Amino acid sequence: MKIIKQASAGTMESSDAYVEIEPRDNGLDIHIESVVEQQFGEKIEATVREVLAEFDLNDAEVRIVDRGALECVIRARVETAIQRGGGEV
Amino acid sequence: MRRSLLFLPGNNPNMLINAGYLGSDAVIFDLEDAVSPAEKDAARILVRNTMRYMQLDCEKIVRINSVDTAYWKADIDAILPEKPSLLLLPKASSPEDVIQVASYMDEVEEKLGYANGSVGIMPLIETALGVENAYAIAVSSSRVKALFLGAEDLTADIQCKRTKEGREIEYARTRLVVAARAAGVDVYDTPFTDVNDDEGIVVDAKLAKSFGFTGKASISPRHVEVINSVFSPTLAEIKYAYDVIEAIETAKKQGKGAISLNGKMIDAPIVARAERTIAMAEALGIERRDDCE
Repeated sequence: MKIIKQASAGTMESSDAYVEIEPRDNGLDIHIESVVEQQFGEKIEATVREVLAEFDLNDAEVRIVDRGALECVIRARVETAIQRGGGEV
Repeated sequence: MRRSLLFLPGNNPNMLINAGYLGSDAVIFDLEDAVSPAEKDAARILVRNTMRYMQLDCEKIVRINSVDTAYWKADIDAILPEKPSLLLLPKASSPEDVIQVASYMDEVEEKLGYANGSVGIMPLIETALGVENAYAIAVSSSRVKALFLGAEDLTADIQCKRTKEGREIEYARTRLVVAARAAGVDVYDTPFTDVNDDEGIVVDAKLAKSFGFTGKASISPRHVEVINSVFSPTLAEIKYAYDVIEAIETAKKQGKGAISLNGKMIDAPIVARAERTIAMAEALGIERRDDCE
């Protein structure tokens, strides 16, 4: 899969995450803003990378604003953004 | 045991992740009315992930979208692999609606390698036609495990005002209970929608129980405790149930054909009810007490 257009998913509400994804040519660029970034920033990034890998996505810019979302919620929001912005190569 | 069924909006993580802590016997993850058309895809994935990754100590049911929408097959594709106990099928108005969904579930289960019929269907009866077809719907597929009354859409369809007293849905309540019992399936009552009326929910839940409903749905966690209480057997009912079983056993030992308890004849339906009451009491961990009437 390839990201072919800008897309977003999720909300800024508590326990949720807002995810934006955009096309990019050279690799992955992941930005995370989270109230628990100090403790869980690396874990959140690993989760995002895992979901991107499941879709065989190697080129994309991803921005996440995390509002204390559980891992399953972050996974869901990243996947939704990918589905909305993605297309087959 | 399914006394209370709590609706949770399918695209609200804050509610979904607490599903196991809200006290209801079952939760209904809602992909239909609680989710806007633009967020159907997001809710489907979020509910799927909640079911896949969260340990929830309650039964999981999912309300999919109705067969007159473009969403229901994608809902089933996403949700069936997570093995909910039931799919709540809205706007079930005819046996054909259920058969169409059951048939697609057959296909998906086969692809997944699941046993056929591993997930049940609970038709949501919320149209005038659905009420009139209630028995035919209940027996339309072996997947149907219960009927569910939806009064908000129903009253709109029959063109009357929805009231707290609920006289306008008495016929539908009676019709659904009789149809479900005739078909040998459970039956669940519509939610009481005023979440701030703490007395009204008690009255409405008791009314539903008096009609013969198995349990009742709720749109608010605030109503769960009341519903659980109303649909649990009372200590007096439990004592009577044990007395019935003891009377049966004593009569058998004495070789008596006709059995009575406190001057009243005991027949097969009374014994069946006593057995259900005892099973429920045991499931709830309520012990027999003899000091109650």
